[in-house]
Amino acid sequence: MSKQTKKTKMPEQNPQQRVNNFGEVALGYSAEDAINEAKRCLQCKNPLCMQGCPVEVDIPDFIALVAEGKFEEAAKKIKEKNNLPAICGRVCPQEEQCERKCIVGIKNEPVAIGRLERFVADYARDKEEIEAVTKQDKGKVAIIGAGPAGLTAAADLAKMGYQVTIFEAFHEVGGVLTYGIPEFRLPKAIVKDEVEKIEKLGVEIKLNHVIGKIKGVDELFEEGYDAVFVGTGAGLPRFLGLEGENLNGVYSANEFLTRVNLMKAYRFPEYKTPVYIGKRVAVIGAGNVAMDAARTALRLGAEESIIVYRRAREQMPAREEEIHHAEEEGIKFKLLNNPIRILGNKEGFVTGMECIKMELGEPDQSGRRRPVPIEGSEWVMDVDTVIMAIGQSPNPILLKDAPEIETTKWGTIVAREETGQTSKAGVFAGGDTVTGAATVIEAMGAGKRAARAIDEYIKGSKK
Amino acid sequence: MYKILEKEVLAPKITKFKVLAPNVAAKAQPGHFLIVRVDEQAERIPLTIADYDRQEGSVTIIVQEVGYSSEEICKLEAGDSFLDLVGPLGEHIETENYKKVVCVAGGLGAAPLYPKAKSLSEEGTEVITILGARTKELIILEEDFAELSQQLYISTDDGSKGHQGFVTDVLKEVLEENDDIDLVITIGPMIMMKFVSELTKEYGVNTMVSLNSLMVDGTGMCGGCRVTVGGETKFACVDGPAFDGHLVDFDEQLRRQQFYSDHEKLAHGHEIGGEGCRVKAN
Repeated sequence: MSKQTKKTKMPEQNPQQRVNNFGEVALGYSAEDAINEAKRCLQCKNPLCMQGCPVEVDIPDFIALVAEGKFEEAAKKIKEKNNLPAICGRVCPQEEQCERKCIVGIKNEPVAIGRLERFVADYARDKEEIEAVTKQDKGKVAIIGAGPAGLTAAADLAKMGYQVTIFEAFHEVGGVLTYGIPEFRLPKAIVKDEVEKIEKLGVEIKLNHVIGKIKGVDELFEEGYDAVFVGTGAGLPRFLGLEGENLNGVYSANEFLTRVNLMKAYRFPEYKTPVYIGKRVAVIGAGNVAMDAARTALRLGAEESIIVYRRAREQMPAREEEIHHAEEEGIKFKLLNNPIRILGNKEGFVTGMECIKMELGEPDQSGRRRPVPIEGSEWVMDVDTVIMAIGQSPNPILLKDAPEIETTKWGTIVAREETGQTSKAGVFAGGDTVTGAATVIEAMGAGKRAARAIDEYIKGSKK
Repeated sequence: MYKILEKEVLAPKITKFKVLAPNVAAKAQPGHFLIVRVDEQAERIPLTIADYDRQEGSVTIIVQEVGYSSEEICKLEAGDSFLDLVGPLGEHIETENYKKVVCVAGGLGAAPLYPKAKSLSEEGTEVITILGARTKELIILEEDFAELSQQLYISTDDGSKGHQGFVTDVLKEVLEENDDIDLVITIGPMIMMKFVSELTKEYGVNTMVSLNSLMVDGTGMCGGCRVTVGGETKFACVDGPAFDGHLVDFDEQLRRQQFYSDHEKLAHGHEIGGEGCRVKAN
């Protein structure tokens, strides 16, 4: 057994330096680091880590190859199951997935599976050769949305020999990988590269196609598609309905991050999309999106960037690693505070935000202690930008056109967990559009399961 | 890539483009808009579909140069292409079951108003049109409107053509003379739509406006185009851009349009002259 009790450290840009750029924070393992870390793996006969991976990567096998220095073979091993390893290695919450189940993690820190996956994918990036799968006459599948769920389903179906077309509303692929997660966590060049490899499998991608507007689901069937996968995510921003919420300087996190990440507003005026950033920025919410927004605000030049959250530190839904990075960079936290009103000047710009202090009461239905306002504790925060990061719902455009697809009262699509089958024959769904905003890897897992179910469905219907 | 089939300068700084986009043309209806991006560094700019030809597979857009991005668009020539074009977006409007409608356009607003007026006229509606602008050179689509309107009035701020003054002066006369108007549709600068709506409210005539809010994605995922309508927050890109003019909070919209005025000057490299209205998504 290895003597090293902790994960091999990954080099990072130091916080003072990195708040001034959009470069990646975590710099990745060297070959030496990777081999060293891979040797911590016990090569379990019955590997529990694999149970924690929604896309079923053969974890001990690839790690064994890394330990031997066979990095390209390791990359191939991962790619058998996971089409986006450089992305997953960076953004998966491994502490809740594979690494949570790692045996080494019982007494010591678990094996750094995510970091190893990332290393292997980065190492193999320029060396891999993708061979297009020979298209068999198995059928045509339309995928709506080029986010993690759609890309995974598309790649798996292409590998099975289907003709796959992805329809994407934006001018770039990737979904939340492109417009949501910032460059400093996930460089867009990496997303582009992994997606290009999926295209090389023979997947066709049609950009600027808003399904529900340019054509409907039924028209896709009329055009000869045998099945449709809906992976349209949860992109509809929520607001709190506060007075002053439409003042200039109040953004949804979606808008703020789309301007910066997709439209590259951080390179304005070289890129022409502007973004407004004040001196003091309040971000409402404490999930990963809130951390991304707060850290982005700092990099755009805000003097102070403050997370405002109505519960306490222990209840913050963001990944521990992201909270840690945010703290290192100087993000402030005003916990147990809830905004009640946004204040503005006569030109319509934000000048402040009235908050009320909260305390934790009895646990609610979800088991979390419910925040209760403390009467008379109102106070005004001096801010000029407010970013709402309180969650998203699925976008209703597609479903307006296809009302026969059953949805829940939250607007999510009703689909079977194991297959993604919706209430409409031949239509499958997965990812955030079914679960509400969740994680990249869960969306990929859903895409993988749906691909399998679509294969069975088409085989069945063609008999 | 979306190829420009034809380009025509309609007025100083107002240019019409016919663009090849068969899938969009196939589905376009009055009230729809689209979003274009010229090149890799460009913004996403919302523009109304001013006309469409399903057979040719083309859509027509009309652009006024008011800032950096609209100037870049107007530099394009026939044969050039837009890098991206997405649509049709927004809710289309119904044009059936009206007997008599007044169409009030300010400046470039005539472009987004045209497909609605055309569709109304095809439905057999009596159309009265009021075209307004600062000066006669900026009146566009006069002949097109003349063809489908029973009455056509022109109004210019400087009196160089037609009535001297504002479109609201002419509209007031029309409302006085006709007590059987079902609907007023008005599109133009936000301030004009505000005053038209205030006037028609006095007369109790239903009024439809089409908002030119700032937009990014145009598919409802960011809320940048939000607007208060009857006390509720709506997204102009998916719930509109057409709304009941008597319910829109115009003052809020006027303030929101100024959000990036400093940035626009920067993008442009110098002060921007002319009217305050951006490229429109009406």
